[in-house]
Amino acid sequence: MIRTDKSKCLRCAGCVGVCPKSALTLTEHGIVCNENCNDCGICINFCPVGAIKPKER
Amino acid sequence: MDIPKEVDVLVVGMGPGGSGAAKKAAELGLSVLGVEKRAEIGAPKRCGEAVSRHGMIERIGIEPKGPWLIQEVHGAVVYSPDGRHVRIDYDGPEGWIVERKLFDKHLAALAARTGARIMAKTEAKNFRRVEGGIKATLESEGITHDVKARIVIAADGVESKVARELGVNTTARLIDICAGAQFEMANVKPNENMIEFFFGNGIAPGGYCWIFPKGEGMVNVGIGVRRPWAKKPAIEYLKEFVRSRPELRDGSILEVNSGGVPVGGFLKDNVDDNLMIVGDAAHQVNPIHGGGIPEAYMAGRIAAEVAAEAVKANDFSKKFLKRYDEIWMKQRGNRLKKILKLREVMESMSDDDLNWLINYLQGQDLVDISRSSGFTRFAKILMKRPKLIKLARKLI
Ligand SMILES: Cc1cc2nc3c(=O)[nH]c(=O)nc-3n(C[C@H](O)[C@H](O)[C@H](O)COP(=O)(O)OP(=O)(O)OC[C@H]3O[C@@H](n4cnc5c(N)ncnc54)[C@H](O)[C@@H]3O)c2cc1C
Repeated sequence: MIRTDKSKCLRCAGCVGVCPKSALTLTEHGIVCNENCNDCGICINFCPVGAIKPKER
Repeated sequence: MDIPKEVDVLVVGMGPGGSGAAKKAAELGLSVLGVEKRAEIGAPKRCGEAVSRHGMIERIGIEPKGPWLIQEVHGAVVYSPDGRHVRIDYDGPEGWIVERKLFDKHLAALAARTGARIMAKTEAKNFRRVEGGIKATLESEGITHDVKARIVIAADGVESKVARELGVNTTARLIDICAGAQFEMANVKPNENMIEFFFGNGIAPGGYCWIFPKGEGMVNVGIGVRRPWAKKPAIEYLKEFVRSRPELRDGSILEVNSGGVPVGGFLKDNVDDNLMIVGDAAHQVNPIHGGGIPEAYMAGRIAAEVAAEAVKANDFSKKFLKRYDEIWMKQRGNRLKKILKLREVMESMSDDDLNWLINYLQGQDLVDISRSSGFTRFAKILMKRPKLIKLARKLI
């Protein structure tokens, strides 16, 4: 799972488009990640503003 | 106002792709509902806001006039990594910078005026196939409402969740998507009337930087980069670029934007039963410069035309709707595929190669390259440099 730094995220939703598990959704509260996430890290590598980090479990 | 329970066409997303589809479908007499989940159509922008003359007039098909049109573009300058450049000038406007939030709203208004019903701050989700079409749940201010459509046109941009929910895999591969970041700046000294592009593996790995003038000392200065060439977030490269440019250094940042630009990885099928996918959602973007406004609008229009034929024939099968793909490929898609090939050649070049290349390019080459004509000439230039001969062969 990932978490987004809301002070950096610009809600561009690019991460949603690259997620191979369709685990991300852009909601009114920002990017939300669901249980389908398999920690592949693609969204982290993509994010144009460096707002996505792995979530410590 | 009542929300319809059944429509011929549900358009999801009111960017240029959605508006192009909604307007045409309404014009052809279909009942159309277009929904946009954001509170304001077109805002915040995820865009450099440049549209070529050809894109505006031929592909979007509207007269370049109105408050959304804010700056004429009279030419372009392309810079190699060491600062050498090649320039092309035109006598009149060869393109424009638009104010995207006004422009997108204008396009949506045209669709509404033609008879399409448009609803902002309304998200479509939970797509499921039912007898005779697709059902979706619309959510607006916490209230949900089911709508059934004979055809769904997925114009939901880079998110592209609609198609994926319905079983078409539109996920963009990391190598096929540019990470974009942009500052809208004021109090800078841009090259008025000119759009500028800056290439270099150090400046913008896997992409380029741009400075687009917006008039009165304002610009969009942006960047697109791609993994695996890029090693850090796009915005970090952008900050370095701004610091390196004397004309930008003292400017003020008025807006910060980001976004993903699918620049390749075209889909085999942009259709399925009762479904057509247009614009960024279908990766219909020029793979060299990343422009996708005219492409999205045009694809939307073609999809609507095929939707009207489908309604007439009462056939909503993938096989019937495939006509949209065929027309798209013929009118634009095949061209974009060629452009992609050229880009793949360019991205294999080192900074040294680019510095060398710029000496041989003339202004017209820039235009030819972005339109995928003049391949042979381009290949001939590359042939002059022994280590590029292998690359050049890919173009012939
Ligand atoms: C940094 C950057 C710079 C760019 N510069 C240029 C440029 O200079 N010139 C150019 O031509 N192109 C440019 N592009 C590309 C251009 O912005 C896109 O190609 C274009 O917007 C695609 O239009 P679209 O209609 O397909 O998608 P979009 O314009 O992205 O519209 C999709 C809409 O769908 C909505 N949506 C998504 N899901 C749902 C849902 N479930 N329900 C309701 N609504 C939904 C979204 O909120 C969005 O508003 C740039 C892109 C970026 C990121």
